[in-house]
Amino acid sequence: MSTIPWLEAIVSALILVGAVFTLIGSLGLLRMPDFFMRLHGPSKATTIGIGSLLIASALFMSYRGGGLSLHEFMISLFIAITSPVGSHLLAKAARHRRLPGSEGWIEPDQGRKR
Amino acid sequence: MLNHAIDIAFGLLGLSLVFTLVRLAVGPDMLDRVLALDTLYVNSAAMLVLYGLELGTGRYYEAALLIAMLGFITTVVLSKYITRGDVIE
Repeated sequence: MSTIPWLEAIVSALILVGAVFTLIGSLGLLRMPDFFMRLHGPSKATTIGIGSLLIASALFMSYRGGGLSLHEFMISLFIAITSPVGSHLLAKAARHRRLPGSEGWIEPDQGRKR
Repeated sequence: MLNHAIDIAFGLLGLSLVFTLVRLAVGPDMLDRVLALDTLYVNSAAMLVLYGLELGTGRYYEAALLIAMLGFITTVVLSKYITRGDVIE
């Protein structure tokens, strides 16, 4: 596999950044104390983690395949659209199940007054 | 350099899959397990992209896109079921 060195360095750095952010997201999912804190750990993994992995893959495939390779950004666009929707639905379900936050359960009207 | 970076990234992604599996096993509430399943889908899509990058083929993007799509649908259906008690009313 013969590549030009600076492209290889950029692709390697993007792969490492993506893997480290995915690890940080899963570590947040494992270690955070309540559900609403756990909810925002994996959003880092879905935006920066898989995003930079896909940018690295698009760069590398554009170099290897000879042409511009853009269908990686389809996955990136799809995840960027659907991940906030899923998080919103999960947070709504958690409010419905009355899961406690960091200050315990707060009634909706009481929360509006504060 | 690229091969070493891909190996290290495989190790880190595997470790994050293990963390997510631990949360899927011990999660105190039902929703923690749903969230862990969603994260597991996204992490395995990332791992599939990395595998396609290691093999040098563009053949695995469709599989990663399918896994991401199924993960989104699973999350929406499960949280709708937990909230409303029904999926399609």
